[in-house]
Amino acid sequence: MASALEIADLHKSFKTGFIPKKKQILKGISLTVNRGEIFGYLGPNGAGKTTTIKCVLGLIFPDRGDIRVLEKPHLSLPAKEQIGFLPENPYFHDYLNANEFLQYYSRLFKRRDGAGDQKIQDLIKLVGLEKSAHVRLRKFSRGMLQRIGLAQALINEPRLVILDEPLGGLDPLGRKEIRDVIVRLRDEGKTVFLSSHILQDIEMICDRVAIIVDGRIVNQGELRSLISEKLLFTEILLSGIDEKALAGMGESVGTQAGRILLKVSDEEKIGRVIKLVEAQKGKIHSLVPRTETLEDYFVGKVKG
Amino acid sequence: MKIPAIAQMTFKEAIRDRVLYLLLFFALISLAFSRLLALLTVGDRIRIIKDVGLGSLSLFGALMAILMGTSLVYKEIDKKTIFTLLSKPIHRYQFLLGKYFGLILTLFIMLAAMSLIFLVILFFHTFTIEWKLLVAILFIFFELCLITAVAILFSTFSTPILSSLFSLCFYLIGHLSWGLEAPINKMKPGIGKTLTRALYTFLPDLENFNFKTEVVNNLPLPSQVYLPAVLYGFFYTLFVLALATLIFRRRDFI
Repeated sequence: MASALEIADLHKSFKTGFIPKKKQILKGISLTVNRGEIFGYLGPNGAGKTTTIKCVLGLIFPDRGDIRVLEKPHLSLPAKEQIGFLPENPYFHDYLNANEFLQYYSRLFKRRDGAGDQKIQDLIKLVGLEKSAHVRLRKFSRGMLQRIGLAQALINEPRLVILDEPLGGLDPLGRKEIRDVIVRLRDEGKTVFLSSHILQDIEMICDRVAIIVDGRIVNQGELRSLISEKLLFTEILLSGIDEKALAGMGESVGTQAGRILLKVSDEEKIGRVIKLVEAQKGKIHSLVPRTETLEDYFVGKVKG
Repeated sequence: MKIPAIAQMTFKEAIRDRVLYLLLFFALISLAFSRLLALLTVGDRIRIIKDVGLGSLSLFGALMAILMGTSLVYKEIDKKTIFTLLSKPIHRYQFLLGKYFGLILTLFIMLAAMSLIFLVILFFHTFTIEWKLLVAILFIFFELCLITAVAILFSTFSTPILSSLFSLCFYLIGHLSWGLEAPINKMKPGIGKTLTRALYTFLPDLENFNFKTEVVNNLPLPSQVYLPAVLYGFFYTLFVLALATLIFRRRDFI
Protein backbone atom coordinates (compact mmCIF):
# COMPACT_ATOMS: atom_id res chain seq x y z
CA MET A 1 0.00 0.00 0.00
CA ALA A 2 1.29 3.49 -0.86
CA SER A 3 2.31 5.51 2.15
CA ALA A 4 1.02 8.93 3.13
CA LEU A 5 3.86 9.58 5.54
CA GLU A 6 7.18 7.83 5.90
CA ILE A 7 9.64 8.68 8.62
CA ALA A 8 13.00 6.91 8.73
CA ASP A 9 15.63 7.11 11.46
CA LEU A 10 14.62 10.58 12.65
CA HIS A 11 16.96 12.18 15.18
CA LYS A 12 16.56 15.58 16.80
CA SER A 13 18.36 17.25 19.66
CA PHE A 14 18.06 20.69 21.23
CA LYS A 15 20.60 22.74 23.08
CA THR A 16 19.17 24.15 26.31
CA GLY A 17 20.36 26.16 29.29
CA PHE A 18 22.73 29.09 29.83
CA ILE A 19 25.67 26.82 29.16
CA PRO A 20 24.17 24.99 26.17
CA LYS A 21 23.73 21.30 26.83
CA LYS A 22 22.58 18.98 24.08
CA LYS A 23 19.38 17.09 24.84
CA GLN A 24 18.40 14.27 22.51
CA ILE A 25 14.62 14.36 21.97
CA LEU A 26 14.13 11.96 19.06
CA LYS A 27 16.38 8.91 19.00
CA GLY A 28 15.73 7.25 15.67
CA ILE A 29 12.00 7.42 14.94
CA SER A 30 10.84 5.26 12.03
CA LEU A 31 7.21 4.83 11.10
CA THR A 32 4.95 4.49 8.10
CA VAL A 33 1.42 5.82 7.80
CA ASN A 34 -0.63 4.16 5.07
CA ARG A 35 -2.96 6.13 2.85
CA GLY A 36 -6.57 6.28 3.94
CA GLU A 37 -6.06 5.26 7.55
CA ILE A 38 -6.33 6.99 10.92
CA PHE A 39 -2.97 6.65 12.61
CA GLY A 40 -2.68 7.31 16.34
CA TYR A 41 0.60 8.59 17.75
CA LEU A 42 0.70 7.92 21.47
CA GLY A 43 3.17 8.82 24.13
CA PRO A 44 3.50 10.42 27.55
CA ASN A 45 4.30 14.13 27.91
CA GLY A 46 7.76 14.97 26.65
CA ALA A 47 8.12 11.73 24.69
CA GLY A 48 8.67 13.59 21.41
CA LYS A 49 5.24 13.52 19.70
CA THR A 50 5.05 17.24 18.92
CA THR A 51 8.75 17.34 17.99
CA THR A 52 8.11 14.59 15.41
CA ILE A 53 5.14 16.52 13.99
CA LYS A 54 7.17 19.75 13.82
CA CYS A 55 9.91 17.92 11.92
CA VAL A 56 7.35 16.65 9.42
CA LEU A 57 5.98 20.16 8.91
CA GLY A 58 9.41 21.77 8.56
CA LEU A 59 9.00 23.93 11.68
CA ILE A 60 12.18 22.39 13.04
CA PHE A 61 15.00 20.67 11.21
CA PRO A 62 16.05 17.14 12.17
CA ASP A 63 19.69 16.33 12.91
CA ARG A 64 19.35 13.36 10.59
CA GLY A 65 16.72 11.12 9.11
CA ASP A 66 14.38 11.14 6.16
CA ILE A 67 10.76 12.25 5.93
CA ARG A 68 8.52 11.78 2.90
CA VAL A 69 4.97 13.05 2.61
CA LEU A 70 2.88 11.35 -0.08
CA GLU A 71 6.18 10.15 -1.53
CA LYS A 72 7.54 13.67 -1.90
CA PRO A 73 10.26 15.36 0.20
CA HIS A 74 8.45 16.82 3.21
CA LEU A 75 9.75 20.38 2.74
CA SER A 76 8.69 20.63 -0.89
CA LEU A 77 5.74 22.90 -1.63
CA PRO A 78 3.84 20.17 -3.54
CA ALA A 79 3.98 18.05 -0.36
CA LYS A 80 2.87 20.95 1.83
CA GLU A 81 -0.03 21.71 -0.54
CA GLN A 82 -1.44 18.33 0.52
CA ILE A 83 -1.06 18.73 4.29
CA GLY A 84 -3.55 20.10 6.78
CA PHE A 85 -2.29 20.78 10.29
CA LEU A 86 -3.93 21.56 13.62
CA PRO A 87 -1.43 22.41 16.40
CA GLU A 88 -1.85 21.62 20.07
CA ASN A 89 -3.59 24.47 21.97
CA PRO A 90 -4.08 26.47 18.79
CA TYR A 91 -3.82 30.23 18.87
CA PHE A 92 -4.66 32.31 15.85
CA HIS A 93 -4.81 35.96 14.80
CA ASP A 94 -7.44 36.98 17.28
CA TYR A 95 -8.42 40.26 15.61
CA LEU A 96 -9.97 38.31 12.73
CA ASN A 97 -13.37 36.66 12.70
CA ALA A 98 -13.79 33.03 11.65
CA ASN A 99 -14.68 33.97 8.06
CA GLU A 100 -11.76 36.39 7.59
CA PHE A 101 -9.40 33.91 9.21
CA LEU A 102 -10.31 31.08 6.85
CA GLN A 103 -10.15 33.42 3.86
CA TYR A 104 -6.64 34.49 4.87
CA TYR A 105 -5.39 30.93 5.23
CA SER A 106 -7.01 29.83 1.98
CA ARG A 107 -4.99 32.48 0.15
CA LEU A 108 -1.76 30.78 1.22
CA PHE A 109 -2.45 27.89 -1.14
CA LYS A 110 -1.89 27.58 -4.85
CA ARG A 111 -5.40 28.51 -6.00
CA ARG A 112 -5.15 32.15 -6.94
CA ASP A 113 -8.26 33.37 -5.15
CA GLY A 114 -8.16 30.96 -2.24
CA ALA A 115 -11.09 28.75 -1.32
CA GLY A 116 -14.48 29.97 -2.40
CA ASP A 117 -17.01 31.43 0.03
CA GLN A 118 -19.13 28.29 -0.22
CA LYS A 119 -16.17 26.10 0.81
CA ILE A 120 -15.54 28.34 3.81
CA GLN A 121 -19.20 28.23 4.83
CA ASP A 122 -19.20 24.44 4.49
CA LEU A 123 -16.16 24.16 6.73
CA ILE A 124 -17.65 26.47 9.34
CA LYS A 125 -20.77 24.31 9.30
CA LEU A 126 -18.70 21.12 9.47
CA VAL A 127 -17.07 22.23 12.73
CA GLY A 128 -20.32 23.62 14.14
CA LEU A 129 -19.43 27.31 14.25
CA GLU A 130 -22.23 28.73 12.06
CA LYS A 131 -23.42 31.05 14.81
CA SER A 132 -19.92 32.38 15.50
CA ALA A 133 -18.74 32.95 11.92
CA HIS A 134 -18.62 36.72 12.43
CA VAL A 135 -17.29 36.71 15.99
CA ARG A 136 -13.66 37.76 16.51
CA LEU A 137 -11.41 34.84 17.45
CA ARG A 138 -10.36 36.63 20.66
CA LYS A 139 -13.86 35.90 21.99
CA PHE A 140 -13.62 32.20 21.16
CA SER A 141 -13.39 29.58 23.93
CA ARG A 142 -10.66 26.94 23.81
CA GLY A 143 -13.05 24.43 22.31
CA MET A 144 -14.14 26.90 19.62
CA LEU A 145 -10.51 27.63 18.75
CA GLN A 146 -9.96 23.90 18.40
CA ARG A 147 -12.89 23.74 15.97
CA ILE A 148 -11.80 26.70 13.86
CA GLY A 149 -8.29 25.22 13.95
CA LEU A 150 -9.67 22.02 12.46
CA ALA A 151 -11.49 24.05 9.80
CA GLN A 152 -8.27 25.81 8.75
CA ALA A 153 -6.52 22.44 8.60
CA LEU A 154 -9.08 21.32 6.02
CA ILE A 155 -9.20 24.51 3.94
CA ASN A 156 -7.02 23.05 1.18
CA GLU A 157 -8.81 19.69 1.08
CA PRO A 158 -5.60 17.98 2.23
CA ARG A 159 -4.79 14.34 1.58
CA LEU A 160 -2.85 14.11 4.85
CA VAL A 161 -4.32 15.71 7.97
CA ILE A 162 -1.97 16.06 10.95
CA LEU A 163 -3.71 16.75 14.25
CA ASP A 164 -1.75 17.41 17.43
CA GLU A 165 -4.00 16.65 20.40
CA PRO A 166 -7.19 17.53 18.51
CA LEU A 167 -9.51 16.44 21.31
CA GLY A 168 -7.90 18.39 24.14
CA GLY A 169 -10.03 21.13 25.67
CA LEU A 170 -13.28 19.81 24.26
CA ASP A 171 -16.36 18.76 26.22
CA PRO A 172 -17.65 15.19 25.69
CA LEU A 173 -20.11 16.33 23.02
CA GLY A 174 -17.40 18.34 21.23
CA ARG A 175 -15.07 15.34 21.37
CA LYS A 176 -17.68 13.15 19.77
CA GLU A 177 -18.29 15.68 17.01
CA ILE A 178 -14.59 16.01 16.21
CA ARG A 179 -14.20 12.22 16.33
CA ASP A 180 -17.02 11.95 13.81
CA VAL A 181 -15.30 14.52 11.56
CA ILE A 182 -12.04 12.53 11.73
CA VAL A 183 -13.81 9.29 10.81
CA ARG A 184 -15.58 11.13 7.98
CA LEU A 185 -12.22 12.33 6.67
CA ARG A 186 -11.02 8.73 6.51
CA ASP A 187 -14.22 7.70 4.75
CA GLU A 188 -13.51 10.41 2.17
CA GLY A 189 -10.14 8.76 1.52
CA LYS A 190 -7.96 11.17 3.49
CA THR A 191 -5.20 10.04 5.83
CA VAL A 192 -5.27 11.27 9.43
CA PHE A 193 -2.22 11.30 11.67
CA LEU A 194 -3.16 12.28 15.19
CA SER A 195 -1.42 12.46 18.50
CA SER A 196 -3.54 12.27 21.61
CA HIS A 197 -3.46 11.59 25.30
CA ILE A 198 -7.09 10.52 25.31
CA LEU A 199 -6.63 6.81 24.77
CA GLN A 200 -10.33 5.93 24.64
CA ASP A 201 -10.71 8.18 21.61
CA ILE A 202 -7.67 6.69 19.91
CA GLU A 203 -9.02 3.22 20.61
CA MET A 204 -12.38 4.17 19.14
CA ILE A 205 -11.21 5.64 15.84
CA CYS A 206 -7.64 4.64 15.00
CA ASP A 207 -6.76 1.85 12.59
CA ARG A 208 -3.11 1.71 13.59
CA VAL A 209 -1.04 3.24 16.36
CA ALA A 210 2.58 3.88 17.26
CA ILE A 211 3.73 4.34 20.82
CA ILE A 212 6.64 6.66 21.46
CA VAL A 213 8.47 6.63 24.78
CA ASP A 214 11.51 8.77 25.47
CA GLY A 215 12.13 9.53 21.81
CA ARG A 216 11.85 5.96 20.59
CA ILE A 217 9.01 4.02 19.01
CA VAL A 218 8.40 1.09 21.33
CA ASN A 219 5.73 -0.51 19.19
CA GLN A 220 3.54 0.14 16.20
CA GLY A 221 0.94 -1.75 14.29
CA GLU A 222 -2.74 -2.45 13.96
CA LEU A 223 -4.64 -1.79 17.13
CA ARG A 224 -6.21 -5.27 17.14
CA SER A 225 -2.81 -6.94 16.88
CA LEU A 226 -1.34 -4.88 19.70
CA ILE A 227 -4.11 -5.46 22.20
CA SER A 228 -4.70 -9.06 23.15
CA GLU A 229 -8.25 -10.45 23.24
CA LYS A 230 -7.40 -12.31 26.46
CA LEU A 231 -9.99 -11.94 29.24
CA LEU A 232 -8.50 -10.06 32.17
CA PHE A 233 -11.46 -10.29 34.57
CA THR A 234 -15.25 -9.98 34.67
CA GLU A 235 -17.15 -7.27 36.51
CA ILE A 236 -20.51 -8.42 37.92
CA LEU A 237 -22.97 -5.90 39.39
CA LEU A 238 -25.48 -7.68 41.59
CA SER A 239 -27.97 -7.08 44.41
CA GLY A 240 -30.11 -8.99 46.94
CA ILE A 241 -27.16 -11.09 48.10
CA ASP A 242 -25.41 -11.22 51.42
CA GLU A 243 -21.89 -9.90 50.75
CA LYS A 244 -20.40 -12.52 53.12
CA ALA A 245 -21.74 -15.28 50.88
CA LEU A 246 -19.55 -14.02 48.06
CA ALA A 247 -16.35 -14.59 50.01
CA GLY A 248 -13.76 -16.42 47.95
CA MET A 249 -15.59 -15.91 44.65
CA GLY A 250 -14.02 -12.60 43.72
CA GLU A 251 -12.94 -9.23 44.89
CA SER A 252 -15.72 -6.92 46.06
CA VAL A 253 -14.78 -3.57 44.52
CA GLY A 254 -17.55 -1.53 46.14
CA THR A 255 -21.11 -1.40 47.38
CA GLN A 256 -23.59 1.33 46.50
CA ALA A 257 -27.34 1.52 47.03
CA GLY A 258 -27.45 -2.19 47.91
CA ARG A 259 -25.60 -3.19 44.76
CA ILE A 260 -22.28 -4.99 44.94
CA LEU A 261 -19.62 -4.70 42.23
CA LEU A 262 -17.68 -7.93 42.14
CA LYS A 263 -14.46 -8.42 40.19
CA VAL A 264 -14.06 -12.10 39.24
CA SER A 265 -10.75 -13.16 37.75
CA ASP A 266 -11.42 -16.87 37.49
CA GLU A 267 -13.85 -17.82 34.66
CA GLU A 268 -15.01 -20.95 36.51
CA LYS A 269 -16.15 -18.82 39.48
CA ILE A 270 -18.53 -16.80 37.30
CA GLY A 271 -20.90 -19.80 37.08
CA ARG A 272 -20.77 -20.22 40.85
CA VAL A 273 -21.68 -16.56 41.39
CA ILE A 274 -24.66 -16.87 38.98
CA LYS A 275 -25.88 -20.02 40.76
CA LEU A 276 -25.58 -18.29 44.14
CA VAL A 277 -27.60 -15.32 42.92
CA GLU A 278 -30.32 -17.68 41.63
CA ALA A 279 -30.38 -19.60 44.89
CA GLN A 280 -30.67 -16.49 47.04
CA LYS A 281 -33.20 -14.89 44.63
CA GLY A 282 -30.89 -11.98 44.02
CA LYS A 283 -30.45 -10.03 40.82
CA ILE A 284 -27.63 -9.59 38.32
CA HIS A 285 -27.69 -6.07 36.84
CA SER A 286 -24.70 -6.41 34.56
CA LEU A 287 -21.91 -8.80 33.69
CA VAL A 288 -19.05 -7.23 31.79
CA PRO A 289 -16.00 -9.19 30.63
CA ARG A 290 -12.91 -6.93 30.55
CA THR A 291 -10.28 -7.61 27.92
CA GLU A 292 -7.04 -5.65 27.63
CA THR A 293 -7.58 -2.00 26.64
CA LEU A 294 -5.24 0.33 24.84
CA GLU A 295 -4.75 2.07 28.18
CA ASP A 296 -3.57 -1.17 29.82
CA TYR A 297 -1.21 -1.77 26.91
CA PHE A 298 0.02 1.83 26.88
CA VAL A 299 0.66 1.91 30.64
CA GLY A 300 2.49 -1.40 30.36
CA LYS A 301 4.73 -0.05 27.59
CA VAL A 302 5.43 3.30 29.24
CA LYS A 303 6.30 1.74 32.57
CA GLY A 304 8.47 -0.74 30.71
CA MET B 1 -0.56 35.81 -3.97
CA LYS B 2 1.08 34.53 -0.81
CA ILE B 3 3.27 37.56 -0.07
CA PRO B 4 0.38 40.03 -0.66
CA ALA B 5 -1.88 37.89 1.58
CA ILE B 6 0.63 38.00 4.44
CA ALA B 7 1.35 41.69 3.80
CA GLN B 8 -2.35 42.53 3.91
CA MET B 9 -2.77 40.65 7.18
CA THR B 10 0.34 42.31 8.64
CA PHE B 11 -1.10 45.69 7.69
CA LYS B 12 -4.41 44.80 9.36
CA GLU B 13 -2.54 43.77 12.50
CA ALA B 14 -0.14 46.75 12.54
CA ILE B 15 -2.84 49.33 12.00
CA ARG B 16 -4.57 48.06 15.16
CA ASP B 17 -1.47 48.51 17.31
CA ARG B 18 -1.91 51.15 20.00
CA VAL B 19 1.81 51.95 20.02
CA LEU B 20 1.42 53.27 16.50
CA TYR B 21 -1.25 55.73 17.54
CA LEU B 22 0.68 56.77 20.62
CA LEU B 23 3.64 57.65 18.39
CA LEU B 24 1.34 59.38 15.91
CA PHE B 25 -0.08 61.43 18.77
CA PHE B 26 3.40 62.50 19.90
CA ALA B 27 4.37 63.27 16.32
CA LEU B 28 1.35 65.56 16.02
CA ILE B 29 2.22 67.25 19.32
CA SER B 30 5.73 67.75 18.01
CA LEU B 31 4.39 69.27 14.78
CA ALA B 32 2.16 71.60 16.79
CA PHE B 33 5.16 72.42 18.98
CA SER B 34 7.06 73.59 15.90
CA ARG B 35 4.48 76.41 15.57
CA LEU B 36 4.99 77.38 19.19
CA LEU B 37 8.74 77.28 18.77
CA ALA B 38 8.46 79.51 15.71
CA LEU B 39 6.54 82.09 17.72
CA LEU B 40 9.28 82.21 20.34
CA THR B 41 12.12 82.47 17.83
CA VAL B 42 13.68 85.55 16.37
CA GLY B 43 14.40 85.07 12.69
CA ASP B 44 12.95 82.89 10.01
CA ARG B 45 9.92 81.30 11.62
CA ILE B 46 8.98 79.28 8.59
CA ARG B 47 12.39 77.64 8.56
CA ILE B 48 11.93 76.56 12.20
CA ILE B 49 8.56 75.00 11.38
CA LYS B 50 10.05 73.14 8.41
CA ASP B 51 13.11 72.01 10.40
CA VAL B 52 11.17 70.73 13.41
CA GLY B 53 8.44 69.28 11.18
CA LEU B 54 10.77 67.23 8.99
CA GLY B 55 12.81 66.21 12.04
CA SER B 56 9.62 64.96 13.71
CA LEU B 57 8.58 62.98 10.65
CA SER B 58 12.01 61.34 10.53
CA LEU B 59 12.26 60.59 14.26
CA PHE B 60 8.72 59.33 14.86
CA GLY B 61 8.72 57.44 11.57
CA ALA B 62 11.91 55.68 12.67
CA LEU B 63 10.44 54.89 16.10
CA MET B 64 7.34 53.42 14.43
CA ALA B 65 9.51 51.32 12.10
CA ILE B 66 11.66 50.06 14.98
CA LEU B 67 8.89 49.31 17.48
CA MET B 68 6.57 47.69 14.93
CA GLY B 69 9.31 45.93 12.98
CA THR B 70 10.82 44.31 16.04
CA SER B 71 7.50 43.09 17.45
CA LEU B 72 5.55 41.80 14.43
CA VAL B 73 7.68 38.75 13.61
CA TYR B 74 8.35 38.07 17.29
CA LYS B 75 4.60 38.12 18.04
CA GLU B 76 3.97 35.43 15.43
CA ILE B 77 6.65 33.27 17.07
CA ASP B 78 5.64 34.07 20.64
CA LYS B 79 1.93 33.46 20.08
CA LYS B 80 2.74 30.39 17.99
CA THR B 81 0.62 31.53 15.05
CA ILE B 82 3.74 30.85 13.01
CA PHE B 83 3.20 27.09 13.47
CA THR B 84 0.10 27.02 11.32
CA LEU B 85 1.41 29.66 8.91
CA LEU B 86 4.68 27.91 8.11
CA SER B 87 2.94 24.54 7.83
CA LYS B 88 1.22 25.98 4.75
CA PRO B 89 2.99 25.84 1.38
CA ILE B 90 4.93 29.06 1.81
CA HIS B 91 8.66 29.66 1.80
CA ARG B 92 10.06 31.32 4.86
CA TYR B 93 11.35 34.22 2.77
CA GLN B 94 7.77 34.78 1.57
CA PHE B 95 6.65 35.06 5.18
CA LEU B 96 9.38 37.61 5.97
CA LEU B 97 8.73 39.63 2.83
CA GLY B 98 5.00 39.60 3.53
CA LYS B 99 5.68 40.97 7.00
CA TYR B 100 8.07 43.55 5.57
CA PHE B 101 5.75 44.88 2.88
CA GLY B 102 2.79 44.93 5.29
CA LEU B 103 4.80 47.10 7.63
CA ILE B 104 6.06 49.31 4.82
CA LEU B 105 2.45 49.91 3.76
CA THR B 106 1.57 50.84 7.35
CA LEU B 107 4.52 53.22 7.59
CA PHE B 108 3.67 54.76 4.24
CA ILE B 109 0.16 55.58 5.42
CA MET B 110 1.38 56.90 8.76
CA LEU B 111 4.05 59.05 7.10
CA ALA B 112 1.51 60.29 4.58
CA ALA B 113 -0.87 61.26 7.40
CA MET B 114 1.87 63.05 9.35
CA SER B 115 3.12 64.79 6.20
CA LEU B 116 -0.37 65.99 5.35
CA ILE B 117 -0.76 67.57 8.77
CA PHE B 118 2.72 69.07 8.51
CA LEU B 119 1.96 70.57 5.09
CA VAL B 120 -1.38 71.94 6.33
CA ILE B 121 0.34 73.63 9.31
CA LEU B 122 2.89 75.09 6.94
CA PHE B 123 0.19 76.19 4.51
CA PHE B 124 -1.41 78.36 7.19
CA HIS B 125 1.90 80.23 7.47
CA THR B 126 2.98 80.50 3.86
CA PHE B 127 -0.32 80.04 1.97
CA THR B 128 1.61 77.98 -0.56
CA ILE B 129 2.32 74.28 -0.84
CA GLU B 130 6.03 73.65 -0.98
CA TRP B 131 6.31 70.61 -3.18
CA LYS B 132 10.06 70.53 -2.64
CA LEU B 133 9.42 69.29 0.89
CA LEU B 134 8.04 66.10 -0.60
CA VAL B 135 11.53 65.24 -1.83
CA ALA B 136 12.84 65.30 1.73
CA ILE B 137 9.80 63.29 2.91
CA LEU B 138 10.28 60.71 0.13
CA PHE B 139 13.86 60.13 1.25
CA ILE B 140 12.68 59.87 4.87
CA PHE B 141 10.43 57.07 3.60
CA PHE B 142 13.40 55.34 1.92
CA GLU B 143 15.26 55.57 5.21
CA LEU B 144 12.28 54.01 7.01
CA CYS B 145 12.29 51.15 4.50
CA LEU B 146 15.89 50.39 5.47
CA ILE B 147 15.26 50.76 9.21
CA THR B 148 12.26 48.40 8.95
CA ALA B 149 14.43 45.79 7.24
CA VAL B 150 17.01 46.15 10.03
CA ALA B 151 14.31 45.82 12.73
CA ILE B 152 12.98 42.67 11.06
CA LEU B 153 16.52 41.28 10.78
CA PHE B 154 17.09 41.66 14.53
CA SER B 155 13.65 40.27 15.35
CA THR B 156 14.46 36.99 13.53
CA PHE B 157 16.85 36.00 16.31
CA SER B 158 16.26 38.31 19.26
CA THR B 159 13.58 39.55 21.67
CA PRO B 160 11.69 42.80 20.91
CA ILE B 161 13.52 44.77 23.62
CA LEU B 162 16.98 43.77 22.41
CA SER B 163 15.96 44.13 18.77
CA SER B 164 14.62 47.64 19.44
CA LEU B 165 17.86 48.54 21.17
CA PHE B 166 19.98 47.18 18.30
CA SER B 167 17.81 48.93 15.71
CA LEU B 168 17.98 52.22 17.63
CA CYS B 169 21.78 51.89 17.70
CA PHE B 170 21.71 51.32 13.93
CA TYR B 171 19.63 54.49 13.53
CA LEU B 172 21.95 56.57 15.70
CA ILE B 173 25.14 55.18 14.19
CA GLY B 174 23.65 55.68 10.75
CA HIS B 175 23.17 59.37 11.43
CA LEU B 176 26.52 59.90 13.14
CA SER B 177 28.86 57.75 11.05
CA TRP B 178 29.50 60.58 8.55
CA GLY B 179 31.50 62.21 11.36
CA LEU B 180 34.25 59.65 10.69
CA GLU B 181 34.95 61.23 7.33
CA ALA B 182 36.88 64.19 8.79
CA PRO B 183 39.30 62.14 10.97
CA ILE B 184 39.86 59.72 8.06
CA ASN B 185 40.94 62.60 5.85
CA LYS B 186 43.26 63.91 8.53
CA MET B 187 44.85 60.52 9.30
CA LYS B 188 48.21 59.57 7.86
CA PRO B 189 48.16 56.65 5.43
CA GLY B 190 48.61 53.35 7.20
CA ILE B 191 46.78 50.49 8.80
CA GLY B 192 44.85 52.83 11.12
CA LYS B 193 43.46 54.81 8.22
CA THR B 194 42.63 51.63 6.26
CA LEU B 195 40.79 50.10 9.22
CA THR B 196 38.86 53.30 9.95
CA ARG B 197 37.90 53.59 6.29
CA ALA B 198 36.77 49.95 6.27
CA LEU B 199 34.69 50.63 9.36
CA TYR B 200 33.19 53.73 7.77
CA THR B 201 32.29 51.72 4.65
CA PHE B 202 30.71 48.96 6.70
CA LEU B 203 28.70 51.26 8.98
CA PRO B 204 25.37 52.50 7.68
CA ASP B 205 25.23 56.09 6.50
CA LEU B 206 21.66 57.25 6.84
CA GLU B 207 22.70 60.82 6.08
CA ASN B 208 22.53 59.68 2.44
CA PHE B 209 18.78 60.08 2.79
CA ASN B 210 18.93 63.43 4.53
CA PHE B 211 17.93 66.25 2.20
CA LYS B 212 16.27 68.31 4.93
CA THR B 213 18.93 71.05 5.06
CA GLU B 214 18.85 71.57 1.29
CA VAL B 215 15.07 71.65 1.17
CA VAL B 216 14.56 73.87 4.22
CA ASN B 217 17.24 76.39 3.16
CA ASN B 218 16.23 76.30 -0.50
CA LEU B 219 19.69 75.14 -1.53
CA PRO B 220 20.15 73.73 -5.01
CA LEU B 221 19.51 70.01 -5.25
CA PRO B 222 21.14 68.59 -8.38
CA SER B 223 19.23 65.63 -9.73
CA GLN B 224 22.36 63.45 -9.80
CA VAL B 225 22.38 63.21 -5.96
CA TYR B 226 19.09 61.31 -5.94
CA LEU B 227 20.15 58.19 -7.80
CA PRO B 228 23.11 57.23 -5.53
CA ALA B 229 20.87 57.69 -2.48
CA VAL B 230 18.12 55.55 -3.99
CA LEU B 231 20.58 52.84 -5.05
CA TYR B 232 22.30 52.90 -1.66
CA GLY B 233 18.94 52.47 0.08
CA PHE B 234 17.77 49.76 -2.30
CA PHE B 235 20.89 47.60 -2.11
CA TYR B 236 21.40 48.08 1.65
CA THR B 237 17.76 47.08 2.26
CA LEU B 238 18.12 44.10 -0.06
CA PHE B 239 21.29 43.01 1.74
CA VAL B 240 19.65 43.28 5.18
CA LEU B 241 16.53 41.39 4.05
CA ALA B 242 18.71 38.66 2.49
CA LEU B 243 20.60 38.36 5.78
CA ALA B 244 17.30 38.15 7.70
CA THR B 245 16.07 35.41 5.35
CA LEU B 246 19.31 33.49 5.75
CA ILE B 247 18.94 33.48 9.55
CA PHE B 248 15.20 32.83 9.48
CA ARG B 249 15.27 29.92 7.03
CA ARG B 250 17.33 27.69 9.33
CA ARG B 251 15.61 28.65 12.55
CA ASP B 252 13.82 26.00 14.65
CA PHE B 253 10.41 27.00 15.98
CA ILE B 254 10.15 25.04 19.20
